[in-house]
Amino acid sequence: MPEPLLTLQGVHTHIAQYHILQGVDLAVPAGGVAVMLGRNGAGKTTTLRTIMGLWSASSGRIRFDGTDITGLDTPAIARLGIAYVPESMGIFTDLTVRENMVLAASSGPMDDARVDWIFSLFPPLKTFWSMPAGNLSGGQKQMLSVARAVIEPRRLILIDEPTKGLAPAIIKAMTAALAELAKTDTTILLVEQNFSMAKSVGQSVSVMDDGRIVHSGAMAELAADPDLQERLMGLSLEAHQ
Amino acid sequence: MSKMSENETTIAPKIVETGLVDRLGELAPLLLVPALAVIGFAAIGSPSTWITLTAAGLAMGMMIFIMASGLTLVFGLMDVINFGHGAFIAVGAFVGFTVLGYLIGWTDEPSVLLNLAALIPAIIAAMLLSGGAGYVFERFIVKPVYGQHLKQILVTMGGLIIAQQVIVMLWGPDEIHLARPETLRGSVVIGEAAIEKYRLVAVVIGLALFIAMRLVLNRTKIGLLVRAGVENGEMVEALGYRIRRLFLAVFIVGSALAGLGGVMWGLYQETITAHMGSEIMVLIFIVVIIGGLGSVEGCFIGALLVGLLSNYVAFLMPKASLVSTIALMVIVLMWRPQGLYPVVKAK
Ligand SMILES: Nc1ncnc2c1ncn2[C@@H]1O[C@H](COP(=O)(O)OP(=O)(O)OP(=O)(O)O)[C@@H](O)[C@H]1O
Ligand SMILES: [Mg+2]
Repeated sequence: MPEPLLTLQGVHTHIAQYHILQGVDLAVPAGGVAVMLGRNGAGKTTTLRTIMGLWSASSGRIRFDGTDITGLDTPAIARLGIAYVPESMGIFTDLTVRENMVLAASSGPMDDARVDWIFSLFPPLKTFWSMPAGNLSGGQKQMLSVARAVIEPRRLILIDEPTKGLAPAIIKAMTAALAELAKTDTTILLVEQNFSMAKSVGQSVSVMDDGRIVHSGAMAELAADPDLQERLMGLSLEAHQ
Repeated sequence: MSKMSENETTIAPKIVETGLVDRLGELAPLLLVPALAVIGFAAIGSPSTWITLTAAGLAMGMMIFIMASGLTLVFGLMDVINFGHGAFIAVGAFVGFTVLGYLIGWTDEPSVLLNLAALIPAIIAAMLLSGGAGYVFERFIVKPVYGQHLKQILVTMGGLIIAQQVIVMLWGPDEIHLARPETLRGSVVIGEAAIEKYRLVAVVIGLALFIAMRLVLNRTKIGLLVRAGVENGEMVEALGYRIRRLFLAVFIVGSALAGLGGVMWGLYQETITAHMGSEIMVLIFIVVIIGGLGSVEGCFIGALLVGLLSNYVAFLMPKASLVSTIALMVIVLMWRPQGLYPVVKAK
């Protein structure tokens, strides 16, 4: 088996005096979509932020594509080809949609063909290209946040709950876009509470609880096993359908 | 719901109209400056006096804006409260005056060219050294206390005291007087109103800098990064940019501008002292707070308001000038608790 693109080994993260991640072991294979599930407060966001260097791991190792990135600062990690779509979306509301994208293209001017491809994934971005991003609706902001992550080819994209609070129609569009992205060379680590969406795009899945990974395996396996679902996620899964 | 309409909600762009009230709200701060000028006119009565005071107020406002603009961005970008900003004003003024002192032969000639030949190197030297002082200040005083407000206040105040002592060591404890270059002395007379030439020049320089700063902030990638960083520095880092490097650059430019403001202020008063910075800082903090911490536009409007009000009140009720600017701040904050142009902050 080839080496995973991203591995976390025994990662602990403290936020102030709180011990949040308590030994996370996670392997994200190269290619496709790896989904991370877990109830509220399990530590999913904290895991993504720790990978991104926004929190620093107090112990353990994080390897990306053969390199140890544990102690690197956030810009250095980003420059290795990891993009982050935070739960709060992190849109620059005072800047236009285009300016948000210009900044996301950190290694140079935007590639026109790629911009067109992004417009085909998220048509509203074309319509509102020159508008302040603060005026976008919630769903459009989410599209912009994902679009920023892919304006340049990336190795890995960390996406935190992109369907949170969105209407079903927009969730469908977002799911289609992620499936489209997954066909490129980009690997996606997707935190998602919407299990039906997770099922439709994910190949592998890990479940987090109380700051640890309590299950990992193929998505098909979990999808086919309601007992396992029940045991791992209990009611939270149904509640987030 | 049919498939079709679902698709439409996905694709069909929804234009979020900004309401009339919202748009008026955005314009309202812009109207404050003319409104204050009209009130001033009503209170003063004499048109010629009003013109003179208005020109003085605008000139003072522009100079305060030049000195304050760096401070507001430094706060916006890294939440750094720098009580030592006044040091750069004084450094700029002393360096500028020293150069002008050497070139006094040129400043006393009634020739625009010779005066410029003295002023330009004086300004460049002032900005270089205050910018350099800014670099040292950031690395050794501000950097160790990122994110710790109480320490920032204490440490930057300490830095200010040190800077003032260094100035006293180098230039002595007395005030320094220097006349303006010959071509900047005197006034132009419009009807019955006399406007000092120097004030007109200060207004032109201040406006030019404000326009340039807006262009940089709105049209260049660095400028966009600064604006993005003010809103959400973490996201700027996650896109691969080092916010601290950006902050250092803004700090240095802001210090250099404070130095330029120091020379201009010094020439306005024709006198400088080692503690001139801490005196002006009161006005600068008021301006930055009125404008909304982190907003260059707000800082500009705030500075003009403070400049006009100080001059009108100094004429109508001498001695009430500082009180009036504090009252202005209180009134603005009662209307808009975050200042005229509140800066959006993530989290
Ligand atoms: N800045 C912080 N300070 C203190 N505690 C925090 C902070 N951020 C997160 N936590 C705590 O860490 C734990 C994990 O939070 P995290 O945001 O990683 O959960 P999550 O799995 O992403 O949850 P959700 O599904 O609600 O987004 C929670 O108990 C939370 O209260
Ligand atoms: Mg979360």
